[in-house]
Amino acid sequence: MNRGRIPFYLMVAGLIVAGLLTAWLRHSATEVPFMPGEQKPVWLIEARIDFNALGQETTVRLDLPDEPPGFRLIREQAASPGYGFAVLDDQQNRRAEWTRRQVSGPQTLYYNAQYVPVNPVERSKASEPPQVDDVFWSEPEATAARELLRGATARSTTPASTARELIKLLSPNSPDQNAQLLLVAEPRRSELLVKLLNQAGVAARSVMGLYLEDARRRQTLTPMVELYTEDGWLLINATTAKQGVPENLLLWSRGENAQLDVIGGESSRLSFSMIKQTVPAMALSQVQFQENIFSLLGVYSLPIEEQSMFKLLFLLPLGALVVVFMRVMVGLKTAGTFMPILISLAFLQTSLIPGLISFVLIVGLGLLLRNYLSYLNLLLVARIATLIVLVIFLISILSLVGYRLGFNAGITVTFFPMIIIAWTIERMSILWEEEGAHEVLIQGSGSLLVAVISYLLMSLGIVNHLSFNFPELNLVILALILMMGQYTGYKLSELRRFRSMEQFDNDH
Amino acid sequence: MIISPFKLKRMGMLGMNGRNRDFIGRYNDRRLYPLVDNKLKTKLLAQEHEVATPQLKFVVKEQHEISQIDQSLAKLNGFAIKPAKGSGGKGIWVIVRREGKDFIKSSGAKITLEDIRRHMSNTLAGLYSLGGVSDEVIVEDLIEFDDCFDGFSFEGVPDIRVVVFRGFPVMAMLRLATHASDGKANLHQGAVGVGLDLATGRCLNAVQFGKPVYEHPDTKRSLKEIDVPDWRGLLCLASRCHDMTGLGYVGADIVLDAKRGPELLELNARPGLAIQVANGFGLLPHLRHIESLDHKRYPSAEERVDYVMRAFAAKELL
Repeated sequence: MNRGRIPFYLMVAGLIVAGLLTAWLRHSATEVPFMPGEQKPVWLIEARIDFNALGQETTVRLDLPDEPPGFRLIREQAASPGYGFAVLDDQQNRRAEWTRRQVSGPQTLYYNAQYVPVNPVERSKASEPPQVDDVFWSEPEATAARELLRGATARSTTPASTARELIKLLSPNSPDQNAQLLLVAEPRRSELLVKLLNQAGVAARSVMGLYLEDARRRQTLTPMVELYTEDGWLLINATTAKQGVPENLLLWSRGENAQLDVIGGESSRLSFSMIKQTVPAMALSQVQFQENIFSLLGVYSLPIEEQSMFKLLFLLPLGALVVVFMRVMVGLKTAGTFMPILISLAFLQTSLIPGLISFVLIVGLGLLLRNYLSYLNLLLVARIATLIVLVIFLISILSLVGYRLGFNAGITVTFFPMIIIAWTIERMSILWEEEGAHEVLIQGSGSLLVAVISYLLMSLGIVNHLSFNFPELNLVILALILMMGQYTGYKLSELRRFRSMEQFDNDH
Repeated sequence: MIISPFKLKRMGMLGMNGRNRDFIGRYNDRRLYPLVDNKLKTKLLAQEHEVATPQLKFVVKEQHEISQIDQSLAKLNGFAIKPAKGSGGKGIWVIVRREGKDFIKSSGAKITLEDIRRHMSNTLAGLYSLGGVSDEVIVEDLIEFDDCFDGFSFEGVPDIRVVVFRGFPVMAMLRLATHASDGKANLHQGAVGVGLDLATGRCLNAVQFGKPVYEHPDTKRSLKEIDVPDWRGLLCLASRCHDMTGLGYVGADIVLDAKRGPELLELNARPGLAIQVANGFGLLPHLRHIESLDHKRYPSAEERVDYVMRAFAAKELL
């Protein structure tokens, strides 16, 4: 390889890398799917609050999930007529708040949220370990707790193993009398575990989780325990001692505050229903990442009219690639270098078969008319201008006839670029006179073949999707075109053209 | 049906992509193209450099001049009408003599002054030019063909194409019109291409439609007898086209006039694919050989021609 070409190959490699990398970054930043029509699961969770209003000022507060691991909030809303609603976001907790000046009787409030499962991100560790809460027991529980802890710490080394030992001791069929005593005093197992862990010098807190199962109603929150280890907060199930956040668990709230506060009401109840939906990944990405830099630089930020223009524009490089390939590598003859692309773009509007029929019909009729024009002995420019006018008439007549006969396709002929067709007819006609009908057929079918191939490529769903959503992939196409521009080998057609050289090949 | 690309490579065949990028792109300066794409410019340049070419009679540049064309033609008996920017021999009319008011074309067809006017009008409007740009009409002297090719060409013009690389003739071919080619000298239309030995101007090999032939298909004259007179002078004429245009890779179309000897008909900035089939070997070895030469040692056309007549002499003739 020539050394002088190294910068060129570096540039080609750079273009390919830049194109693929930008596409990948866009994919990972905005989750625009690489495949069209991709569906993603979304959990629709509905919290229902029932209570009896006492006929006075009523305030209802509900803890909301705050960036739960493994899930991302897409949309939330409350359905509760007559109530003022707001989502309060202080540094501790997100809370929903319903307010009403005066209300009485049974009330039902709804809160809806859509969550999409995501890969859990590494959670940032608290800069310093949280304070261990002070624990107060009254006798005789204090002694029982001390005894229990002594046994547990003796058999463990880390906070997590301490917690596991404690859970084992607190299990319902545990023979340990201290454990039985403590469970009587504090029947909520997770609260008890938090207290014991804090006494053991391990920072711990109770959390409420929601197990997600498709199409469930009247679910309640499950109490869990989070304890602080060297790697940050670790979730542990106070009954089964399972560590880590299960895939289908949504951490609903943290801390000691009650999940539900009802002021001005009584007998309040909180229940959940949930359903698993699937939505197009494309729409999901657009809802979620509107403000992302890639979205701002994407085509979707433009008005619809411009978007549809770009949709065609971004397909053009692929057509150009096909033309370059067919001419440089295959050696196909076409009438006009890039006319096939324009025809294939027209095919995109008309669809293939009606497009082909009307194109061949127009060019054929045009050739007949042009044949007559050559008797008039006109100057060239005037002849082409005449041809343009005639082609317009031809197209209008074809459209009208097609429409009257009930072919909607008849109308779509107007998508063909008029001037290009007139020139094509003129060139074909000259070609006919000079080289004969054979050459016209060769070049005409060559053009149509290239047009059909690029049409077939351009109309692929995935090609449309990629070129529109990842316009940077056109850099890869550019690199391919540049590379083919360097090709000095034989064209496929030359292998045939030079086939008679076989007889001279005698130096084996 | 097709030949393996490795075989082609071994024979040194030059493909279109290789020619366009490695030779035309590298050795032909784009701004020099008008010199060869416009026959009028080529002709004027040739006259300036005293390269022999058929004598220019007059030029028609505007449509209104066509109405008085009969006066300009009055003095001429036989002449050739050419579009200045035509390509591939399109739009060339050769008038061999007059018959009363009518003109007789080389094909024998009888045409009127009105036909000539319409042809000129079409030509000026750009019918034969690339991209349909407006054109000029050249009217030049009729060539009186040397009788050395009698019996080798049917109805048409035998001409010799020499590919000149950096001033060195690297390959030559004689093109003979046949009945199948309708008097035209285009190989793909059925003309016979005769590869010529650079040292002697004798026939190396001949093909028609890609198949070897040993005699002219119409006149049955043996192609072995071809012997181009003043071969060295012809090569020198071709070689000087490089000095004249500055083009590194150029094809010169040369005819032999009975009285004036070799004359340059036109130049071509993109020659050299079919000529390889006629010669039976590829251009690449010769081109690479010339590329590796120290060009300062061969300043004049005569020295370059003497060099190639020595270096590229064929081992065996037909």
